[in-house]
Amino acid sequence: MATEAATLAEQIISHAAGKRVYPGDLVIVPVDRCMTHDSLTPEVIDALHQDLGVEHIFDPSRVVVVMDHVAPASSVATANAQVKVRQWVAQEGIEHFYQVGKGICHQVMIEEGLVQPGQIALGTDSHATAYGAVCAFGTGVGTRDMALTLATGRTWFRVPETICIQVKGRFPELVSAKDLSLHLCGLLGMDGATYKAIEFHGLDWLPLDERITLCSMTTELGAKAGLIPPSEKEAPPWLGVHPGASYERTITVDLTNLVPLIAVPHQVDQVQPVAEVEGVPVDQVFLGTCTNGRLSDLRAAARLLKGKHIAKGVRMLVIPASHRVLKQAAADGTLSILLEAGATIGTPGCGPCIGRHMGVLGAGEVCLSTGNRNFRGRMGSPEARIYLGSPETAAATALTGHITDPRKI
Amino acid sequence: MSIRGRVWKYGDNVDTDAIIPARYLNTSSEKELAAHCMEDIDPSFAREVKAGDIIVAGRNFGCGSSREHAPVAIKASGVACVIAETFARIFFRNAINIGLPILECPEAVQATEAGQTLEVDLAKGIIRNLDTGQEFRAVPYPDFMLAIIDAGGLIEYTRRKLQQARS
Repeated sequence: MATEAATLAEQIISHAAGKRVYPGDLVIVPVDRCMTHDSLTPEVIDALHQDLGVEHIFDPSRVVVVMDHVAPASSVATANAQVKVRQWVAQEGIEHFYQVGKGICHQVMIEEGLVQPGQIALGTDSHATAYGAVCAFGTGVGTRDMALTLATGRTWFRVPETICIQVKGRFPELVSAKDLSLHLCGLLGMDGATYKAIEFHGLDWLPLDERITLCSMTTELGAKAGLIPPSEKEAPPWLGVHPGASYERTITVDLTNLVPLIAVPHQVDQVQPVAEVEGVPVDQVFLGTCTNGRLSDLRAAARLLKGKHIAKGVRMLVIPASHRVLKQAAADGTLSILLEAGATIGTPGCGPCIGRHMGVLGAGEVCLSTGNRNFRGRMGSPEARIYLGSPETAAATALTGHITDPRKI
Repeated sequence: MSIRGRVWKYGDNVDTDAIIPARYLNTSSEKELAAHCMEDIDPSFAREVKAGDIIVAGRNFGCGSSREHAPVAIKASGVACVIAETFARIFFRNAINIGLPILECPEAVQATEAGQTLEVDLAKGIIRNLDTGQEFRAVPYPDFMLAIIDAGGLIEYTRRKLQQARS
């Protein structure tokens, strides 16, 4: 299809459209996967049934429903909303339905192989950009876009320009993918990639866990998709890096110079070296989310916490990104180390990241979170303050009770 | 479609948690969402906003979550139009889809103060500041997006399309 050099985003959308497309083109394409979760599915159902008058969805086998945002339910209202979701899932015969505790939607999509290289996947969640970790074009949409796609199997896109991030070197000790993401947020700003795709080069060596971190965080730059080239054996033959593809700009990042970074309240692009923010006392440390709740994240924290105990007056919530992560962490001893250190474990899911349950913050409280947003009021009280850092920084901060550079532990 | 209203002015990166905090997502009642719109950054907004008012903001308006509650809360509060230097991409789609008119026009944003009155011609993308007499031209919509806005949103637009296909 794409006979000339094209970016990954152009290749995927061209393949779906059945013709070569270029940045700025408006196209209608079939969607391979639709993911929706407990928080927004009730409104998707209303949009389908009441507004659109569509009785049944186009193809249940393409649909994935995950209970993760407020799961288990925190109130009668959320429980009732979830009853509605389960009834609809049964009526439509949706097989890819994942119950409370299975994990965060994006993690489940990738773990279960529900999204594959070269596919187009929509999620009613902005961090659907995570699917770029397996080189799928994943992007977030609202309820009406999702309802229309469920009804017709298709959606429209404006083909995005692509920004190339050319990575060199390897992470220094105690620096990880989250620090690279925060570096890019600081560099480009929260709208640095609005309406655009981001393509990462030079990361063939990076494990899947950290690829997901990087791709999920591209939405914090405003990106429509974040893509990492697939290995040759995983990819369809038409998908791969084309030398000579046209990028809007290329940014080179040398990882060897990277230090632990932190986003300070209340914007993700307010990024500073952790060393410059040290000493801020924290009430809660939250290790989890679709950004940093995977096994490698829990292990990174456990390495620093092993044989030690978190500071008095600090609470540390660990919420694994999935049931599988929880089982693996239990089997390899990671969980015991975290528990011995004084952390507590929550049901796999989104946890308090969106401020609806399981660790909501009160007025004046400070949280160091491994999540993806530190907006005012995001995790509860608008008077709380959220700092975003890596799992290593979270563990170091839990040990001292104040924001701490993990290299000093 | 001509709009005339008083300006509420905000800065850059007004995020979806500022527009409608997640703690209110348990409801899909438009009235209740409107009652908490902008609560954390401007408690006076929900109390004092009047039908036909216009929000004017800086870059990246609506960044963050995919929640459609954000443009729904703004529309339900009576706001007739949002003018920003730029919009975050999911908010942009959601606003068009639910029939909340939005315009990108950095020049108009920079030359407009809170409390002034703007007149907006949506189809032509012309913004007039009635206090200063200045006129601005917004980035035009592609035709099919204008058709969605005209229909009052994506659902109504699709229903009409489906009806046309049947008849």
